[in-house]
Amino acid sequence: MKVAIASGKGGTGKTTVATNLAKVAAAEGCTAAYLDCDVEEPNGRLFLKPTVDKQRSIDKLLPAVDLGRCTFCGRCSQACRYGAIACVGKQVLVFAELCHSCGGCTLACPVDAIREVPKSIGELLLGMAGPIRFVEGRLNVGEAMSPPAIRAVKSSTHHAPRDDLRHTECDQYNEADLTIFDCPPGTSCPVIESVRGSDLVLLVTEPTPFGLNDLQLAVEMVRTLKLPLAVVLNRCDIGDDRVRRYCAGQRIPILAEIPDDRAVAEAYCRGQLASDAAPSFAGRIRSLLGRILKGAA
Amino acid sequence: MKELVVVSGKGGAGKTSVLAALASVAGPCVLADCDVDAADLHLIFQPQVIHREDFTGGQKARIMPDYCTACGKCEELCRFDAIWFDGPGNGRVPQTFRVDATACEGCGVCVDYCAENAIDFSPALCGQWFVSETRCGPMVHAKLGIGAENSGKLVTQVRRAAQETAHRQALDLILCDGPPGIGCPVIASLTGASLALFVVEPTVSGLHDFRRVAQLAARLNVPGLLAVNKADLNDNLTRDLEAMAVEQGIVLAGRIPYDRDVTRAQMAGKTLLEVSNGPAARGIRQVWSIVQEQLRAGAASQTSGLIQIGNSRNKPISCDHERV
Repeated sequence: MKVAIASGKGGTGKTTVATNLAKVAAAEGCTAAYLDCDVEEPNGRLFLKPTVDKQRSIDKLLPAVDLGRCTFCGRCSQACRYGAIACVGKQVLVFAELCHSCGGCTLACPVDAIREVPKSIGELLLGMAGPIRFVEGRLNVGEAMSPPAIRAVKSSTHHAPRDDLRHTECDQYNEADLTIFDCPPGTSCPVIESVRGSDLVLLVTEPTPFGLNDLQLAVEMVRTLKLPLAVVLNRCDIGDDRVRRYCAGQRIPILAEIPDDRAVAEAYCRGQLASDAAPSFAGRIRSLLGRILKGAA
Repeated sequence: MKELVVVSGKGGAGKTSVLAALASVAGPCVLADCDVDAADLHLIFQPQVIHREDFTGGQKARIMPDYCTACGKCEELCRFDAIWFDGPGNGRVPQTFRVDATACEGCGVCVDYCAENAIDFSPALCGQWFVSETRCGPMVHAKLGIGAENSGKLVTQVRRAAQETAHRQALDLILCDGPPGIGCPVIASLTGASLALFVVEPTVSGLHDFRRVAQLAARLNVPGLLAVNKADLNDNLTRDLEAMAVEQGIVLAGRIPYDRDVTRAQMAGKTLLEVSNGPAARGIRQVWSIVQEQLRAGAASQTSGLIQIGNSRNKPISCDHERV
């Protein structure tokens, strides 16, 4: 089962829920995989502390023009919707940060002067955190587009071929009882790329006005993608009951309510798994796991 | 004109609460919410919208089922897995191809190579942006469409409108609430700004994420200030954060202690300084005095905080669908 842990608002506890869920699942005898899809700011590694045994480049394809063959006809720049390739006099300029690697320029070139070459935009880290399979994508600072890196995380295995940029779903992980996608905050393209293909989207929120507003946006996004969804209410005792009322009205199940707990916050500060530091928290995550797996069955 | 952008790397670090509180002490200024995919600043300022505009980003492909012959060329060429073979039949073929709009990146390759010209390619409505009035002055904000792309481009639009508003009303300060992360909307928020205020919590992830967003700001030549939020949660990490900041030439703007009044203010739809004079409120006032100094100091060296996309100092980095 593939569970995406997401939220509209940042800092609601996605990584806390995701890492502890992986840990508790493994302790309960499930095979678990944790995929850090928050490639702009990946934090799961700080808590799961995996041994990384493979590291490889995440590449995106960029056009490379053979100026010997090029006739400077300009069809490539006409074809490009992103303004990423420009034919200026006897020169062809490629603007890497604008390129979406769609291949349009290569197809448009009448003399086959354009080849696509990989350019590194980040790194993929593969390893084990005890029994938990661990994958992290890490976008290079200055790179604007995270979806290709997220695709690389989700299509990765320990044996995946290099340069496999085409999204190939994550069938390789089907044998894991629980595969967790730890998603970035927000509701735009990186989040959509992260939750795509999951069996359940778990939205972590808190009972505050910001939490509610961003939850509503995230719910709309998940419903547009037609994916099943449920809510985890974190720091459930800090605000009011507007989030609960909203969920009830929308028939969205709240699978766990986690009280604000200094022990959990302190463990988080230090980079310690809260389920190791606070037994009551571990209990709540176990019951969350039970409800996720029961829902799947 | 000066533009202060609040960023953090990690989400939920207190950007919006800190920015709203600063607006209470900053005097006349323009507020800009650059976190367009999960905007929250309006919950504090209850803006009265006086101008709204649709935002169209790039184009999106749409297969017209009546003309599709199900040849499969579009599916073969699409790099984004946006083409699905589950469209309605049309009398000639029992099933046609369909574009998943949430996956389409608007490259137009399918459009160019469709033998039947069966693919429509129109500008997509990506969201809306607003110019509003609030009790703390004008505010520019936006709402990105569900599943829409181009958040970086919408951020640029919000900043442009904020600059125009500031210019029109003769205000010389813009306070921008930035998005989390380091990707395209963050790059669009920071590029050409006068000053970045990093709001960071003393946690291992806060530290990790701060390092990356600080590197980004440095690459974009935006000078930075660090305010440690909930600083008393972990003294050691607070010191580590400050040491890292100093190493990178980032000015220390102070510490904001953990204070339940921050949540109380949010619940009431108020800024912290409107409801509290507690420890966090005092921390914010301290931060503001240092921010002000830095803005003044910057005034000597920098003539304009306008978006300088395209000039030689700030190399454009963007995922926008246009070269700016």
